[in-house]
Amino acid sequence: MYKIVRKEILNSQVKLLEIEAPYVARKAEPGQFIILRVDESGERIPFTIADYDREKGTVTIIFQEVGASTLALGLLNEGDSLADFVGPLGVASELEGVKKAAVIGGGLGSAIAYPQAKKLNQMGASVDVIMGYRNKDIIILEKEMAEVSDRLFVTTDDGSNGTKGFVSDILQKLLDEGTEYDVVIAIGPAIMMKVVCDVTRPHGIRTIVSLNPIMIDGTGMCGGCRVTVGGETKFACVDGPDFDGHQVDFDELMRRLSMYKDKERTAVERHKCRLEDQVNAK
Amino acid sequence: MQNKRNMSPKKVDIPVQDPIVRSGNFEEVALGYTEEMAIEEANRCLNCKHKPCVSGCPVNVKIPEFVMLITEGKFEEAYEKILETNSLPAVCGRVCPQESQCEAKCVRGIKGESVGIGRLERFAADWSMKNAEKKYDTVPFNGKKVAIIGSGPAGLACAGDLVKLGYDVTIFEAFHLAGGVLVYGIPEFRLPKDLVQKEIDGLVAQGVKIRTNMVIGKVLTIDELLEEEGFSAVFVGSGAGLPMFMNIPGENLNGVYSANEFLTRINLMKAYKEDAKTPIMRGEAVAVVGGGNVAMDAARSAKRLGAKDVYIIYRRSEAEMPARLEEVHHAKEEGIIFKVLTNPVQIIGDDNGWVKGMECVSMELGEPDQSGRRRPIKIEGSEHVIDLDTVIMSIGTSPNPLIRSTTPDLATNKWGCIEADAETGTTSKEGVFAGGDAVTGAATVILAMGAGKKAAKAIDEYIKSKEA
Ligand SMILES: Cc1cc2nc3c(=O)[nH]c(=O)nc-3n(C[C@H](O)[C@H](O)[C@H](O)COP(=O)(O)OP(=O)(O)OC[C@H]3O[C@@H](n4cnc5c(N)ncnc54)[C@H](O)[C@@H]3O)c2cc1C
Ligand SMILES: Cc1cc2nc3c(=O)[nH]c(=O)nc-3n(C[C@H](O)[C@H](O)[C@H](O)COP(=O)(O)OP(=O)(O)OC[C@H]3O[C@@H](n4cnc5c(N)ncnc54)[C@H](O)[C@@H]3O)c2cc1C
Ligand code: SF4
Ligand code: SF4
Ligand code: FES
Repeated sequence: MYKIVRKEILNSQVKLLEIEAPYVARKAEPGQFIILRVDESGERIPFTIADYDREKGTVTIIFQEVGASTLALGLLNEGDSLADFVGPLGVASELEGVKKAAVIGGGLGSAIAYPQAKKLNQMGASVDVIMGYRNKDIIILEKEMAEVSDRLFVTTDDGSNGTKGFVSDILQKLLDEGTEYDVVIAIGPAIMMKVVCDVTRPHGIRTIVSLNPIMIDGTGMCGGCRVTVGGETKFACVDGPDFDGHQVDFDELMRRLSMYKDKERTAVERHKCRLEDQVNAK
Repeated sequence: MQNKRNMSPKKVDIPVQDPIVRSGNFEEVALGYTEEMAIEEANRCLNCKHKPCVSGCPVNVKIPEFVMLITEGKFEEAYEKILETNSLPAVCGRVCPQESQCEAKCVRGIKGESVGIGRLERFAADWSMKNAEKKYDTVPFNGKKVAIIGSGPAGLACAGDLVKLGYDVTIFEAFHLAGGVLVYGIPEFRLPKDLVQKEIDGLVAQGVKIRTNMVIGKVLTIDELLEEEGFSAVFVGSGAGLPMFMNIPGENLNGVYSANEFLTRINLMKAYKEDAKTPIMRGEAVAVVGGGNVAMDAARSAKRLGAKDVYIIYRRSEAEMPARLEEVHHAKEEGIIFKVLTNPVQIIGDDNGWVKGMECVSMELGEPDQSGRRRPIKIEGSEHVIDLDTVIMSIGTSPNPLIRSTTPDLATNKWGCIEADAETGTTSKEGVFAGGDAVTGAATVILAMGAGKKAAKAIDEYIKSKEA
């Protein structure tokens, strides 16, 4: 069993869990992920490794409650345990030799991009971080990101805090001003990554994106996570999740992510009913 | 009890669930012999001196001996006789391709049907599970640790033999549940999962440790197991789990699955149950591409999920199909439509990127190829489209690259299979043995199990030789 040693509520939908998993913590690197099951009947759900502590033997994940399984995960507290926790899976991000980078996070992607920014900062690279949120109420990890970046830009879609607009607008501006980057790392919703790639493409800047297709095993045995990169089929769980963004077929990714939309909606409704029943019974 | 030899040319029928009823549930299809039926069938065995049947079995189960014990009503003794060479009788009795192994060599098969060896093996194992209290002798540990990678039939058999020799055995399994293909691939209606679990519980009772969620190559490497974790030897039984695709247009459309994904969702994640948390597409018109056991399992599972039309699309003729005869027969009874001599060209999607059909061509058989099977050739102008909403690719699997890519000194061949000696499982790397699908590519339960047993013997000899 994998014990939760710390729980933080980052905003109304986003939570952080620090989990005891010494074998995962020993090998974890930025860019890798884990798969967990909440309980014995749970589905296998993947999460990026947001942080790790090799000495304490813990791994941190940050997640958004979007469906039945993440809602169930959010109900757990410190001291509770997860049924399964496997990792580190996937290939670590290629950060060797980077001197100047832009790390871009969209929404929850900001949290997922944190370990990359931190590692680049530790390596002595100069890091600009651009985080984008829908509105100011859901901004997370601002302090942590400020600590590991040279410059931090925060945008909100509605302008309620920071600059109004999208992360790609800021990036465009920085590039127009003549800022040069060895690499741009973009993590967030598929559409955001796609737009960032469109911005960097004319400049020929290496752009790494972290893909999140639907996964089951995470070890290359189901092919459910397949994505098209440079015209070839790749299994994101073993060949990625990082890929060269300029080669990724984002439209296909978005389409495949919607495969179970209807089914998941029923699962949430069932879950909510059960929760309501529990509450009503009290 | 006075037994009379039964000279009927036909096997005693095995009760099965009605095809219409069973194609709507996931319960086991064949129900198994009663004691009377088993004795009656066992009496068809002539107890041949030369035992041709035994040579047909990859692990040489002592067939006439166990069958004679059944005729005497000594069911537990029969079970123990099988166990002398086969660690998983309840599984093999159900899933072995008997018609091309033990039963193919049975003299009763010359005129009429062979003795129902598989059915009797299954009967003895089921009887024992139900009636005999299981006592496991635990052998004191000899202080030597052996690591087993993978908990499929190869790994389980290897672990079982080593623990009996006193080794401290740990199985490392990537999934959250042990059993390999027996739990994630072969469906409940053919191999009930509680039966596999009982076999695994038996190993644990004898002292085998099972560590799930351990993806070797990621969490730990083979070198770390040998150098840092204190294991004297490693057995690799990691199977052949990497699905192949055809590389035809449309394979990434929504509604196209690999058989592995489809079956894993159903068997491991129980997606067929109403309250399951893992979703699955319940197609109306489903095509499964392939002709092996995996294809039959995927097709019959799709039917059970409620599909109206389920097709098997196979490019050769039925005679060349690698699936077990019984599965083909059961699939037909359940209404699966066989479209043989047919090959997909492309999968067609609708405007939203969902499967709506598959274009196929008809084939004819030409000259035999290297495999000895007649090569299928495309008939020009035979293109046609089948309307579908789901396509399941079941054209084969190969070994997962995780282990070979993290163990550079472990030699593999051009198909990614680990090179290992067929008799001992010895690999190019000292202290590392391998067997099962990881070495042979996708094969059978009994061959994997046999390889695990042979490797256990070689590992014992290897560790003793190091001590001397
Ligand atoms: C490599 C990777 C890293 C990820 N990292 C994070 C993270 O750090 N934080 C976070 O909040 N989320 C992360 N996700 C997404 C997260 O796995 C899904 O939000 C979660 O599985 C949804 O489960 P659910 O049952 O709550 O929602 P559901 O109602 O099941 O699904 C909501 C949506 O989530 C996606 N989804 C569903 N099941 C899966 C699955 N098995 N694999 C991937 N996506 C799925 C689908 O697009 C679906 O429409 C990551 C996904 C991948 C593949
Ligand atoms: C759907 C289906 C139906 C079949 N039907 C039949 C049948 O009727 N009759 C028959 O004889 N055979 C059948 N087979 C074939 C048979 O199941 C296999 O040949 C047999 O299971 C191989 O055994 P194995 O131990 O080598 O590997 P597997 O059973 O594949 O087990 C390998 C195990 O290793 C684990 N693993 C892999 N990589 C790692 C890693 N890096 N670290 C840790 N663990 C790892 C896997 O998760 C898996 O649990 C069928 C196969 C399938 C898929
Ligand atoms: S193990 Fe398989 S091949 Fe051997 S006797 Fe039993 S059913 Fe036949
Ligand atoms: S060949 Fe057939 S009849 Fe002869 S011993 Fe074997 S099972 Fe019995
Ligand atoms: S999640 Fe199954 S192959 Fe990637």
